[in-house]
Amino acid sequence: MATVSLKNLVKKYGHLEVVHAINLDVEDREFVALVGPSGCGKSTTLRMIAGLEPISGGHIHIGDREVNKLPPRQRNISMVFQSYALYPHMTVAENMGFSLKIAGKSQDEISAAVADAARTLGLEELLERRPSQLSGGQRQRVAMGRAIVRHPDVFLFDEPLSNLDAKLRMQMRTEIKKLHAKVQSTVIYVTHDQVEAMTLADRIVIMRDGHIEQVGPPEEVFRRPASRFVAGFIGSPTMNLHNAVVGAGKLVFANGDTLPLPQQFRDRVTEGQKVIFGLRPDDVYPAGHGIHSGEAAEVHSVEVPVSLTEPLGNETLVFAEFAGQDWISRMLNPKILRMGDRIKLSFDLSQSHLFDAATEKSLRG
Amino acid sequence: MRGWKPAPHILLLMPAFIVLAAVVVVPLLLSLYSSFTPFRLTRPDTIYTFIGFRNYQRLFADREFWVAFGRTVLLLTVALNLEMVLGLFLALLVEKATRGQRLLRTIMMFPMMFSPILVGFQFKFMFNDNIGLVNNALQSLGLTDQAIPWLIDGKLAFTSILIAEIWSSTSVFAIFILAGLMAMPKEPLEAAKVDGCTPLQSFRYVTWPFIMPFAFIAMTIRSLDIARAYDIVKIMTDGGPAKRTEILWTLISRTAYSDARMGLANAMAYVAILLSILFTVMFFRQLAKARQQIGAEW
Repeated sequence: MATVSLKNLVKKYGHLEVVHAINLDVEDREFVALVGPSGCGKSTTLRMIAGLEPISGGHIHIGDREVNKLPPRQRNISMVFQSYALYPHMTVAENMGFSLKIAGKSQDEISAAVADAARTLGLEELLERRPSQLSGGQRQRVAMGRAIVRHPDVFLFDEPLSNLDAKLRMQMRTEIKKLHAKVQSTVIYVTHDQVEAMTLADRIVIMRDGHIEQVGPPEEVFRRPASRFVAGFIGSPTMNLHNAVVGAGKLVFANGDTLPLPQQFRDRVTEGQKVIFGLRPDDVYPAGHGIHSGEAAEVHSVEVPVSLTEPLGNETLVFAEFAGQDWISRMLNPKILRMGDRIKLSFDLSQSHLFDAATEKSLRG
Repeated sequence: MRGWKPAPHILLLMPAFIVLAAVVVVPLLLSLYSSFTPFRLTRPDTIYTFIGFRNYQRLFADREFWVAFGRTVLLLTVALNLEMVLGLFLALLVEKATRGQRLLRTIMMFPMMFSPILVGFQFKFMFNDNIGLVNNALQSLGLTDQAIPWLIDGKLAFTSILIAEIWSSTSVFAIFILAGLMAMPKEPLEAAKVDGCTPLQSFRYVTWPFIMPFAFIAMTIRSLDIARAYDIVKIMTDGGPAKRTEILWTLISRTAYSDARMGLANAMAYVAILLSILFTVMFFRQLAKARQQIGAEW
């Protein structure tokens, strides 16, 4: 068990800098998810922590050891790869016991540790099989088994679920969460799937173009995104984000339509400031079909035409046209709507977000 | 022929059968038959005298034949092992090259582009005791002041042939193993690093099992190659001096054409072919096992 700390960590390929002096402190036993679009440097960062990628600058500490120059085998980490990276010529048991064998443990110790891990992961029946005889989910489980037998200081997961189908992914997500609760160790988990990050992590690190955009618990990055990027990245369906200009206490959109300026931002914007207005689909809803119906303090309603609906059973996503743009709204207790129907759309402005158009940073204090 | 209409599939297969019979089956059976006769090229009518297994009996009692047989097996074993080790090193080195790898691969294959006859002549010249490059170099460097009889001393001649053989064919191993290395997924190697392997352990436990099938393919090909080795030896020593480098096929060709005892030579050839089949079966078994081990899908 250990903390992990990155100080001004830099990665360059030749002259191309792909990770720009990032800082991050991971607490002991914490589950941290690095999330971001592909090419944002999250996997590279993980591989630098693992020692598979040499670092170009800065420091990495695992526990109180600086591991900058140490090869992976001296870092006491284990890693689960996206492609599982099982040894094809070894059985499941041999795969899981390999690190212990290399460490010179006795056969009895190895067998006991493997049996223990196999029990945790429900792999007892498969120990004598080879990876080629396993399904994707089973291979994934073996890869995790290989990681846990060693009781490493830190677990590193590199997009472990992205090769699985949606159903299996959800199932394995739960298993990873249970596993973390059981083994109680520090986990750094890379994913491009914000749902995975939200559901699993104690804290989420959102990365973009080699920078860290925001670090915080899932609740916080969802409720208080620090930038337009985070707002758009976290949450599904994505937040409605539209450009507007502040004018006479109102938000004026490109086609001249307006919304009242949300109260919490009144003192934070100046007349004529270009902003990006953000509102989650949960907070814009056909009147009477919202989450906060009735109790919300700052609701503004407009009559608009429906441009598209996506019925999901218990709710319907309604795309409605306002201010020349499509707005996604979530309709609870749905009733059937058709394209072109006119509905009263409610905007719960108390839940809104406002970003500066130039810096894209949140205007919230 | 009127009225006889073979089914279309038989008709369509017929040309293949006829060609195969003409160029493979009939000569094969004829040579097998002739190994049961005292057939001499100089007395064609001897082919009609059937003598049963007498050629084979004589062969099994013939010391000269078994010496040549043993020498062929020795050449095969030593050459294959050395080529394997050298080819492995070459492949590992070339695989590390980040630039100019294609050029290196092409250069590596140069020895394979020469006719074995020419390789024989080249090495015969290099190992010549009077004018050869090797002696010249050794003497100039002051390592010896004598002319070492490379192609005359039995052991040295065998070594010289071995060197020529290895020089010309190590790249077969290198190419196959390199193909294996390049086809190998990189993640298990990274997993091995994280699992605590030193570079040597990574090679031993991960890389080697993966390239083994490729090495076995190269071994099968090369074992057939060496079991029928003839040209390099023919040129460099012609089995001599005094049969001290005689191998199976130089002996067989001498028996068949110089001594004109075709029947006996064919009997030898069949024994030699059994040797080749034996090695092929052995390597193919290993190959199948190695393939199954890595769960190969080819």
